[in-house]
Amino acid sequence: MIPAGFDYEVAESVEHAIELLGNGEDTKLLAGGHSLLPAMKLRLARPALLVDVGRLNDLAYVKEEGETIAIGALTRHKDVASSPELREHCAIVSYTAGHVGDPQVRHRGTIGGSLAHGDPASDLPSVILALHGELVARGPGGDRAIPAGEFFTGVWQTALAPHEVLVEIRVPKLGAAGWSYTKMARRAQDWATVAVAAVVHGNGSVERAAVALTNMGATTLRATAVEKALVGGASIDDAAALAADGTEPPTDHMASSDFRKHLARVLTRRALEEASRRSGRRARGG
Amino acid sequence: MAVAETATETFVGTSVKRKEDASLLRGRGTYVDNLTLPATAYMAIVRSPYPRARITSVNLDAARAAEGVVSAFSGTDLADDWKGGLPCAWPVTEDIKMPPHYPLATDEARYQGDGVAVVVAESRALAKDAAELVGVEYEPLPSIAGVERALEEGAPLVHEDVGTNECYVWKLETDDFSAALDAADVVVTRRYFQPRLIPSAIEPRAVVAQVGPTGDVTIWSATQIPHILRFATQLVLGIPESKIRVIAPDVGGGFGSKVEVYAEDQLAVTLARRLGRPVKWTEERAEAHVATIHGRDVVHELTFAATNDGTITAVKSEAWCAMGAYLQLVTPGVPLLGAWIYSGPYAIPNYSVTFTGVFTNTTPTDAYRGAGRPEATYVLERTMDALARELEMDPIELRQKNFVKEFPYTMASGLTIDAGDYDATLGRLLELLDLDAIRADQAARRESDDPRQIGVGFSTYNEMCGLAPSRILGAIRYAVGGWDAATVRFQPLGSVQVVVGTSPHGQGHETTFAQIVADQLGVDVDDVEVLHGDTASSQQGMDTYGSRSLAVGGIALWNAGEKIIGKARKIVAHQLEVAEDDLDYANGTFTVKGSPDRTMGIREAAFAAHAAHDLPDGMEPGLEQTAVFDPPNFSWPAGAHAAVVEVDTETGDTRLVRYVAVDDVGTAVNPMIIDGQVHGGVTQGIAAALFEEGAYDEEGNLLTTTMATYLVPSAAELPSYETDRIETRADNPLGVKGVGETGTIAAAPAVINAVVDALSHLGVTDVGLPATPERVWKAIEEVRT
Ligand SMILES: Cc1cc2nc3c(=O)[nH]c(=O)nc-3n(C[C@H](O)[C@H](O)[C@H](O)COP(=O)(O)OP(=O)(O)OC[C@H]3O[C@@H](n4cnc5c(N)ncnc54)[C@H](O)[C@@H]3O)c2cc1C
Repeated sequence: MIPAGFDYEVAESVEHAIELLGNGEDTKLLAGGHSLLPAMKLRLARPALLVDVGRLNDLAYVKEEGETIAIGALTRHKDVASSPELREHCAIVSYTAGHVGDPQVRHRGTIGGSLAHGDPASDLPSVILALHGELVARGPGGDRAIPAGEFFTGVWQTALAPHEVLVEIRVPKLGAAGWSYTKMARRAQDWATVAVAAVVHGNGSVERAAVALTNMGATTLRATAVEKALVGGASIDDAAALAADGTEPPTDHMASSDFRKHLARVLTRRALEEASRRSGRRARGG
Repeated sequence: MAVAETATETFVGTSVKRKEDASLLRGRGTYVDNLTLPATAYMAIVRSPYPRARITSVNLDAARAAEGVVSAFSGTDLADDWKGGLPCAWPVTEDIKMPPHYPLATDEARYQGDGVAVVVAESRALAKDAAELVGVEYEPLPSIAGVERALEEGAPLVHEDVGTNECYVWKLETDDFSAALDAADVVVTRRYFQPRLIPSAIEPRAVVAQVGPTGDVTIWSATQIPHILRFATQLVLGIPESKIRVIAPDVGGGFGSKVEVYAEDQLAVTLARRLGRPVKWTEERAEAHVATIHGRDVVHELTFAATNDGTITAVKSEAWCAMGAYLQLVTPGVPLLGAWIYSGPYAIPNYSVTFTGVFTNTTPTDAYRGAGRPEATYVLERTMDALARELEMDPIELRQKNFVKEFPYTMASGLTIDAGDYDATLGRLLELLDLDAIRADQAARRESDDPRQIGVGFSTYNEMCGLAPSRILGAIRYAVGGWDAATVRFQPLGSVQVVVGTSPHGQGHETTFAQIVADQLGVDVDDVEVLHGDTASSQQGMDTYGSRSLAVGGIALWNAGEKIIGKARKIVAHQLEVAEDDLDYANGTFTVKGSPDRTMGIREAAFAAHAAHDLPDGMEPGLEQTAVFDPPNFSWPAGAHAAVVEVDTETGDTRLVRYVAVDDVGTAVNPMIIDGQVHGGVTQGIAAALFEEGAYDEEGNLLTTTMATYLVPSAAELPSYETDRIETRADNPLGVKGVGETGTIAAAPAVINAVVDALSHLGVTDVGLPATPERVWKAIEEVRT
């Protein structure tokens, strides 16, 4: 497992990273390395230059800003999982970060890397999508905020330009909304076969919900049919039955496409049930 | 005289901490990859991406011109260096097809991963980079992966000159077998597929080869078989064994995958001779998935004939076993290692077993933990449950009814089990299990239509190990013997060196063998040093596999110790001026019968033996003895295992909740090490039941090429195991049987029987291996619709 040859630079600041990135051609940012390095070792990725942003500690934070929680892109999964601010106000993020891979992965991998990698099997993209979160990218021209709904564009593809650095992720406080991240994975260290992120508004019942699906297509997906049905008054069972509508999930060693569709329906029902139980009171969790 | 103290403790039967761990657990072991000799060159292999392809040309120019490259070769370039192919030591029938197999392919690549060229460079990374520049022109050819389809008319042939994919047919049947089948009240036949398993030792394979000034060769290899590798290297390269030294330093697991004469070891020697530099190769993890042997890949049809009261009268097994593209060291013989135990621990008088070996365009298979016996036990124990359902009998009662009750017992297959107590093993299991509580929970969940159902499954197995009586090996066409050798050497000041012919790679022999000798010679366990894994120190042995090291090598060791005591007795008798018969020996001390104060320690005798001032006339100085032990019989561990699973019937997700194992491995030398072996073995069996599957598409493209797709379970997926033992003494001086493979043999059928039990109320009778969520869900869907 030896990568092809590459050059390596350490970024001293975000600005330095942007400078080193140049136009971004053949260059990759290195954060926790837990998606990029395996791909390089299998020689599936062959960047000519790695710009290491892993030491930019000023991008590792979780902050309360009014009704929003701001998370620095370099925050490690384990720090996201144990953040008091997230556990209090947006426990779906901390809970899910605590269920990414295994302890080694959580101590190295970063929330920014998880999102910027654009892997449809990753957990945090669905959560940020269900929360209507925002991703802040910085380039030579300054910052721009990208809504989660526009960020994920394809398998390993995002709206980030090659010369941009993802610096911050912004999510709303959940307030009285209920939440669930329901994941099925074979082993602790595996990506989800299928997972469902649900954020439910209501008081022990579902008035309105945001539902996002992990590993059900080229990107994380909103289960719009489910969301519409719920707004229209459908029961959880009836709404969840629509979870796979319009999806084209992959067939791989973990599951066939059809089985993934089945799992999406079952896990959506379970996620909505759990989220609705948690709604209407200020849920602590994680 | 400053001799070592007499030990007051005894060690056999106690959990002495592993001597190995002080270095291994601190990362201070020395594995082959830790060795770097001056001027080492590194090797990288170019492998076929196709399951089958004609090699039209190999262009090495760009690779040779690349940075740091020493040289590059195709198979044709090196062909003259090979005096013979990579050996297969087990031609199981007279008319077996044994196509040639050289370290690199020359005309045709026959599986994905088959080596076609080799590059040598100044570093491992440069070698790998240059290997990408080798231009091989391939003409892809039709190929085949599944054993059943490979035998169909018109299937692509793996070896065109052989003319068939059928490698051999081997059969063992008792007289009047068909009559017994015809006379049965009930006949149950079931079909099973046991997929490929990729051994996945933590340490991948590695080799360093160095050629000395006189043409002598030293090979450091991550191998289980230094002695056999030395022998094979003469066959492949024509170098006399006397000039070859093979060293297996610390070896990080093998599970059979390192009982092998691999292309890379022979290539490293070939290139070290050509280049005059040490040559090193360390396997990459993804490379191991194609280049190291696989296990299993067997289709079975198993039939039981029984009377209405549940007495099994006959067993018949037909199996189609994948060889892969070539025959490795014992590839064709692996099924035979199970051939005599298709009656398991049961008294079944009529017996028929047939194996068909089949070539496919896949990585060669060979021995993987249990080798042949997990295959047999799986189909047997699954079919026991099927027969119980057919007879509407409790599966435990069916097992108890058919157990062998009296020992020694000669099975229909012809071999004799020396000792066991199958009722006691199962009895102890049931005590630990609390089956009533499990059944009550199961009934409640069924009643409430809980989506999470539970089930319990059993596996009562026996195992033939302690490989092996040389005469029997000869009779079944294995090329060499099954004995082993050990030397015990008293140093002048009373410490003891032991040299063994077995070759541990994680088992803890430095500890267990020291325990045995310490008790026998009355010395402290820390005063016994066990040397192994170097053909320069242990002149000959048959190495480590098949749970043989203790049951065969341990007996050789014991016998050598007895010879030491015998010689010391002569010295003591001479010096105390008594007859040998007048001496009692216990715990390192000789005492004159009737005169408890007239004693002499064995360490004093050792010093006297080395000083040689006053020895009996004609006696050679020194106190060192060697014994070679050829076992008269196999050894026969047995046990009863139970698995409890919870199945999410909506998602098919299946989790193991409890695993209880009661084994009889004979005398327990070190209970902690036994538990370790049972835990590891059980985990590999569970892995085969629920997680691991080496999958090919129909053409022979491997789909599980990395550890992200080949699912080796971790502790997070497994419960704590509950283990216990009963001990019946094997018919050998130590009473030991062997424990290396028991868990792997027992676990898979127990787990799948539990999954089927959890779903039996829905009508499910079978779930394929491994029981993935999707397979479980489909099994439920099939009976629902
Ligand atoms: C064994 C294993 C199991 C895993 N299991 C899971 C799992 O269950 N669920 C899950 O979601 N993930 C899982 N992962 C992935 C893990 O979460 C990764 O850490 C994560 O996907 C990437 O984060 P990273 O910091 O390691 O990024 P890196 O690997 O360093 O980078 C990934 C990609 O993102 C880019 N990038 C990184 N940071 C930035 C930034 N600030 N701005 C712009 N681009 C950036 C890099 O250039 C690269 O292209 C697993 C990984 C492993 C090795």
